[in-house]
Amino acid sequence: MSAADSLETRCDIEVVAPGPLSHVQDLGRDGWRHLGICRGGALDPACAALANALVGNRDGDAVLEFTLQGPSLRLPRPLRIALMGALCEARFEGQWLPPARPIDLPAGVLSLGGMRSGVRGWLAVRGGLDTPCVLGSRSTDLRGGFGGIDGRALRGGDLLPVGAHRAIDTSQPRIPGWWIDPEFNHDPHAPIRYLASEAPALREIAARLSQQAWRVNAASNRQGLRLDGEALQAPEAGALSEPVAPGTIQLPADGRPIVLLADAQTVGGYARLGHVIAADLPRLAQARPNAELQFVRCDAAQAAAAARKARAEWARLKLAIEARLKRQ
Amino acid sequence: MNAGRPAASDAAIEFETLADDAWLLRLGRSIDDGLNARVHALAARLRLQAPSWLRDVVPAYASLAVFFDPFAIDAAAARAWLRAQCEHAHAAAPSPAARSIEIPVAYGGEFGPDLHDSAAELGVSPQVLIARHSERDYTVAMIGFAPGFPYLSGLDPELALPRLATPRTAVAAGSVAIGGAQTGIYPRPGPGGWRLLGRTPLRLFDTARDAPSLLQPGDRVRFRPIDAQEFARLQAAP
Repeated sequence: MSAADSLETRCDIEVVAPGPLSHVQDLGRDGWRHLGICRGGALDPACAALANALVGNRDGDAVLEFTLQGPSLRLPRPLRIALMGALCEARFEGQWLPPARPIDLPAGVLSLGGMRSGVRGWLAVRGGLDTPCVLGSRSTDLRGGFGGIDGRALRGGDLLPVGAHRAIDTSQPRIPGWWIDPEFNHDPHAPIRYLASEAPALREIAARLSQQAWRVNAASNRQGLRLDGEALQAPEAGALSEPVAPGTIQLPADGRPIVLLADAQTVGGYARLGHVIAADLPRLAQARPNAELQFVRCDAAQAAAAARKARAEWARLKLAIEARLKRQ
Repeated sequence: MNAGRPAASDAAIEFETLADDAWLLRLGRSIDDGLNARVHALAARLRLQAPSWLRDVVPAYASLAVFFDPFAIDAAAARAWLRAQCEHAHAAAPSPAARSIEIPVAYGGEFGPDLHDSAAELGVSPQVLIARHSERDYTVAMIGFAPGFPYLSGLDPELALPRLATPRTAVAAGSVAIGGAQTGIYPRPGPGGWRLLGRTPLRLFDTARDAPSLLQPGDRVRFRPIDAQEFARLQAAP
């Protein structure tokens, strides 16, 4: 260990180009939904947490979530980074960087380009992004306009503060020979499982969701994934607004379902056809505009088993990363 | 009070799975102040008892959602605990002291661009519409749509107005509006389709405050008409 390795340090990463939609996220804020505040957080919490694990952070440290194309960032000094989620064209001063492993970079420009598949990626930096904690979280609430950097997507010239971390010293990228699967929880061919509403008036409509393929509408965002297909028969309007949650499948009057994601509003008046199970929800974060999605019904026991399996896989990868980091 | 057996009304609470980590408890299916008061009493009770796995209690008009940590308790156990709370809700019903909050409102003009048209549609003068809107107590039936946006029940049914055919793309923060049989206040600038009658200089939502939302579910609200000078003075006040 060199002398520099022991120094705790902080710095600001400068945003050179923001990409179409990049923002700070952690694992979201709980306890505020009664005031209309969504949970938010990374659309794939396991990916965000594992990116953190790769650089030696805690699960809930703040990371950058980027959409369709990543930002370009100027690192003022050497930093350890890791990328998870959709595979993007990541380069450092022209050199290609692989995902899903800890990489030590010297000062310079890190460019995260377009996605080769999927929609969203997560960048963790050792020390975590140290934007202010608002209502218990650093997540950007884009509709509420708080959290992250002034409650908005990144802009060129923004400074992203990096929390206290051990300084490293390197003059060229150091890339380890090991990695984890960056899309470990994404089987693009598997159908999306959902629990159908048991309300008598909705049971039949809910069953029809699985009888056709749906296309992802380009107007989808972190609040909801809009689906195009042969319209379902929506029940009569005028339903009383009731709480909704990430995963809720809403059916507006036009008969085209909306699956709510992490930035879901807290209450809604549309018919609820059921919900996408927690284990499959992160996959919707990677559904491209026009991608075809197939839904399949499951029962509560299958949903619980899938959630346990997903959690176990997350835990297994985290342990594997920690063991690797110890050996380095 | 028959402490030994559950009240009939509690037995009628329907449970529905809302998500892997949430139950929806439905007490009814209508907009009704009595029903809504029971929702808030149950929400208060759940918050008072809050076990460590309880993440969020979200009251709406006639239902409430309970979010739990699915890795700290499983859904069936959470449901059993909630069911027990419902059955005892009346025996030890907490009576949360409803706060009364006065909201100063500058009606009409630039503050309420829909005041005149709305009054004409209702067949009354703008002054009568202002008087009838501000002479009643309202209840915060729920907060939703956006951080701090209160859905207020208690509107004079004769003042109900349909939403605009084309929603505005920009509504000023603090706008007081009527949408159907309800009235509400927009906390932030943004799009909206309710009829804008006036505007309050108070900040409805501010994350810098200990209580980020000025209003809480269950609060009582009354509007007080003010003029442009008082609006300016209150807006400038810290």
